[in-house]
Amino acid sequence: MNTPLFTPDEQKKFDAEIAELLSHYPADRKSAAMLPALRALQAIKGWCPPEGLALVAERLGTTRERAYEVASFYVMYHLKKPGKYTVDVCTNLSCSLWGAEKMLAYLEQKLGLKAGEANERFFLRETECLASCGTAPCLQINEDHHESLTRAKLDALIDKLP
Amino acid sequence: MAAPVIEPLISKYWGSPQSWTLDAYRKRGGYEGLKKALEMAPAAVIDEVKKSNLRGRGGAGFPTGLKWSFVPKDSPKPKYLAVNGDESEPGTFKDRYILELDPHMMLEGIAIAAWALGVHTCYVYLRGEFKFPAERCQAAIDEAYKAGIFGKKVLGKDFELNCYLVRGAGAYICGEETALLESLEGKKGWPRLKPPFPAVVGLFGCPTVVNNVETLASVPHVFAMGPEKYAKLGTDKSGGTRLVCLSGTVNRPGVYECSMHTTFNDLIFGDAYGRGLPNGRKVKAVIPGGSSAPVLSPHELGTAMEFEALKPLQSMAGSGGVIVMDDRTCMVRSLWRVARFYAEESCGQCTPCREGTPWQTRLLRKIEEGRADMEDLELLSNVATSIAPYPPIGLGNTICALGDAAALPTHSFLMRFRAEFEAHIHEKRCPFGDKPWGEFGEWS
Ligand SMILES: Cc1cc2nc3c(=O)[nH]c(=O)nc-3n(C[C@H](O)[C@H](O)[C@H](O)COP(=O)(O)O)c2cc1C
Ligand code: SF4
Ligand code: FES
Repeated sequence: MNTPLFTPDEQKKFDAEIAELLSHYPADRKSAAMLPALRALQAIKGWCPPEGLALVAERLGTTRERAYEVASFYVMYHLKKPGKYTVDVCTNLSCSLWGAEKMLAYLEQKLGLKAGEANERFFLRETECLASCGTAPCLQINEDHHESLTRAKLDALIDKLP
Repeated sequence: MAAPVIEPLISKYWGSPQSWTLDAYRKRGGYEGLKKALEMAPAAVIDEVKKSNLRGRGGAGFPTGLKWSFVPKDSPKPKYLAVNGDESEPGTFKDRYILELDPHMMLEGIAIAAWALGVHTCYVYLRGEFKFPAERCQAAIDEAYKAGIFGKKVLGKDFELNCYLVRGAGAYICGEETALLESLEGKKGWPRLKPPFPAVVGLFGCPTVVNNVETLASVPHVFAMGPEKYAKLGTDKSGGTRLVCLSGTVNRPGVYECSMHTTFNDLIFGDAYGRGLPNGRKVKAVIPGGSSAPVLSPHELGTAMEFEALKPLQSMAGSGGVIVMDDRTCMVRSLWRVARFYAEESCGQCTPCREGTPWQTRLLRKIEEGRADMEDLELLSNVATSIAPYPPIGLGNTICALGDAAALPTHSFLMRFRAEFEAHIHEKRCPFGDKPWGEFGEWS
């Protein structure tokens, strides 16, 4: 037998969230809630598994193809289960002017990954400007934002991750 | 002579305790502007905004009152307000601080706009990465509902206004207003062909105003001080103050609230602002308004950071993102980073943009690595022209202005720094070796 997508508690949470989201849109525009609904799914599961996409589509009265199309367009939705920590390093202009390329090279060495690669624990990516250009260089770990990074700060940050 | 340092309007309370709470906002006169606006007829509110000469802070500098007046008054359909908090143009990091440190200022602007436009539903669209700004903004929205600012009545007036926060999910293109509307409709962010413009056919096919976060945060000041006084702070065609984001090789990067008369030199060297470059380095190049704005040379920096003033230089004030590159920065490497960004973020709908942006990126990499010849330089220029010719700005062959945004940096870097591109070709290497990023490029 297939394991269900959610535990009962998770199901409750998901249902409540979808109900709240749908109240933000006109009744005949349920599918407008797609982005926040996928966010709710990912908050619970850590990624957007195919059964999850199907469920979101069903609740929003649209097709799973639509759900997949949206989930694959936006980089923050994970269609594959990511490592425990997704590390997004900004290497855009202002950050590179404050050493971001060097910081990325250091991280690649420290984590034993090239940008774009993942292992069980980390998924290391180059990302685009994170609106911290004045406090460069910066990165995000999952959704948490870290700025004005020095080598010492970065080491402390990575080393104390549970 | 340096322009005077002004009394800030938007950023004035960023350092004060609990600046983001309703309590703090009210204590310093918050929501008084809304009270005044609610006593006026909606059309009069729009007139006041027109008189203030407030121009959009999202990039295009479009007059805000004029935009509001395009919304049809007799439409049987509902009308919407969409707030653009996508803030993803490289070099731009101002809206984030409004959301984090003074979100009620924006909410007050939303309520005034809604009253003026007859809008009962507003969506605040924030880029997906803005977790903390979204938390602060949501908390402020919740406070506003509790205090009777949003909900069935606005400050006791029989006027319903609902406000919902929506987070994107990592796509620069959703900052483009029609892509933002698509995203709000729950779709991928594919810009729409214009016209029709959103003011007539926007969200769910209904009239919609899209305004930037800072634009809306400026609106309460128009009413608190009166439009004439607000207009006077600026220039003839551009009222008020604006937030400028300073980054790159300067001693003191950050967001500074400036007068429309402040020049790039004031900003980069002024004591109240950037305090110059480190270790006696000199300015080589400055991007004046987010990475899509055509780059400037040092001799052009006496110009005011204002929409009209940049037109004769064939550049733009854009989103207020000023990026400084010192004399040890490689222009090819810098442009490669910028080109790569637009290639990554192209939505893929139009052929010139989808094919041209990665092509530019590959050619720039080739030049940077010393593998290119002079024909590649011509080719690069031709590829950029096929996306959008230049000058002037705005001739793009694409559905949205991301195409222009990708081509303008290439054109302007080639125009002003061609010798450096040629040096890469003649020397068959980057003249800066493995240190292309200037004075702060060595991270430690
Ligand atoms: C590719 C592209 C990206 C944009 N990104 C943003 C953005 O992140 N934030 C923003 O406010 N405007 C952005 N804009 C401008 C918007 O399309 C729109 O002009 C603006 O939100 C209007 O608000 P305003 O009149 O208050 O400036 C972008 C435009 C383009 C073409
Ligand atoms: S110009 Fe580029 S980003 Fe804009 S619609 Fe066309 S392909 Fe998409
Ligand atoms: S360039 Fe890195 S945050 Fe903007």
